[in-house]
Amino acid sequence: MLIKITRPGDLRESNVTPESVYLSRRRFLGGLAGVGAGLALSGRALAAPADYADVPAGDPPAWLAGEIERAKWDAVVPQDPKLDKLTPYQDASAYNNFYEFGTGKGDPSKRAGSLTTQPWSVVIDGEVDNGGRVALEDLITPSRLEERIYRLRCVEAWSMVIPWLGIPLGDVIARAKPTAKAKYVRFETLVRPQEMPGQDSAFALIDWPYTEGLRLDEAMHPLTLLGVGMYGRELPNQNGAPLRLVVPWKYGFKSIKSIVRISLVSEQPVNSWQAIAPDEYGFYANVNPQVDHPRWSQATERRLPNSLFNPNIIDTRMFNGYADQVASLYSGMDLRKQF
Amino acid sequence: MASSRSTLTLWRVAVFCLALTPLLYWSYQVALNAAGPEPGRYLLLNIGQGTLWMLFATLSLTPLSKLTRWKGFALIRRQLGLWTLAYAVAHLLCYALFILGLDLSRLGSEIVRRPYIIVGMLALLGLVALGVTSNRASMRKLGKRWKTLHKVVYLVLALGLLHFFWVVRADLGEWSLYAAIGAGLMLLRLPPVSRQLPRLRQQIKREHRQPG
Repeated sequence: MLIKITRPGDLRESNVTPESVYLSRRRFLGGLAGVGAGLALSGRALAAPADYADVPAGDPPAWLAGEIERAKWDAVVPQDPKLDKLTPYQDASAYNNFYEFGTGKGDPSKRAGSLTTQPWSVVIDGEVDNGGRVALEDLITPSRLEERIYRLRCVEAWSMVIPWLGIPLGDVIARAKPTAKAKYVRFETLVRPQEMPGQDSAFALIDWPYTEGLRLDEAMHPLTLLGVGMYGRELPNQNGAPLRLVVPWKYGFKSIKSIVRISLVSEQPVNSWQAIAPDEYGFYANVNPQVDHPRWSQATERRLPNSLFNPNIIDTRMFNGYADQVASLYSGMDLRKQF
Repeated sequence: MASSRSTLTLWRVAVFCLALTPLLYWSYQVALNAAGPEPGRYLLLNIGQGTLWMLFATLSLTPLSKLTRWKGFALIRRQLGLWTLAYAVAHLLCYALFILGLDLSRLGSEIVRRPYIIVGMLALLGLVALGVTSNRASMRKLGKRWKTLHKVVYLVLALGLLHFFWVVRADLGEWSLYAAIGAGLMLLRLPPVSRQLPRLRQQIKREHRQPG
């Protein structure tokens, strides 16, 4: 099946800069940054594209540094350059929901530093012919990394615009060779209470591990990304290092972090939030301005960063603005009931 | 414990400054750009919790008076009660200004639709009723009923804690701490317990008198 993603603002083939010219421009910019280092640049210097000059240099494992070097940049960019301005890295990496590290927005960036992310492996199991435990680098490197600049909409009604680095989840699933019985994909986050203090809380309502799920066609959709980086570098721990899901047309909680297990299953899995409050959080969690969360109106959102007297309130769009690409996945469904 | 008039005045001023300090600190953090990418929400949540601190402080005055018999505690009761009201109003203003962007029609629809906001508004209404009757004229006018009316503060405490409970998403740790403090303050008001407070005072006094 060939899926072509088209958007109103798409450019034609003839507008595309030839890859050789594109790469030479990057090398040129990289060279400027490296002052005289020329083509003998280190992987690190090439790894941080010129667009992200303010982003602190990361410390990626060698395999990832090599992958970032040959990443396909700007593979998806947002449509409205005025509205969809990149959220500063400082905010995207310091304002997080990652309850394994606490419920405050600042807790993850304060506490996640101690998480061991290398080595990392992922178990792929369930209804697959080619499952097993896979080292992270072996999971990622068969595909080419892409940069996707996506809107991120939280169910709490704030939103950001973040440049992710990752590979299509569909690639990973296809390689696992799902059987005919596979209908859904279930994901699990790491459980390591000694490094994740939120999992140690006696008052936590989440039954660890945090779990999430997608229908198989949602998981195979070309917009669905398995992220290993952001802002031209590896993921900070608080953003879900070393491997997270990015599903841009769904509320942020669907994009599960620090994944250790991907299971192909025949029955619809129950995600963690749905288990706590099924009247508040459904399985689909598609961004939908017409269906309110019981606590928060979803008609508008606060695009971050904002300031006191400019709360930056904008209208939320159906499927977070990705309706052209994904609405067909839900044709015939009542999204008020299957929220 | 005897205190001179000037000491008591100084005490009242100190309490005033102390109650104002959190508001100034949070505003300063916002001015420094140290309050994160959503400064309005930062103020909203902090002032919301601050409202509960103020309420706890107010409710701790009666047990403290019984324990120490120092009149300074009774002297700041109205002030702290009004601070609770001020924090609650500031909390609502933050919601209307920074979360709803001063869209008043939305404020109306949200109040009707969301249980945790209804509960929060009821708590605020309770505080307003206590605030406007906190002057001497109202005390004279209401007579015995004044005391009955001001028992509404216990209802405000329960509603405030329920409002907070409903906002919690996945970890009740912090809320449990607040609920425990609230429950403790209520416990100190149960007659069998509150009768013990002056006795406890005598006991402490005796122990202090013993040569060391």
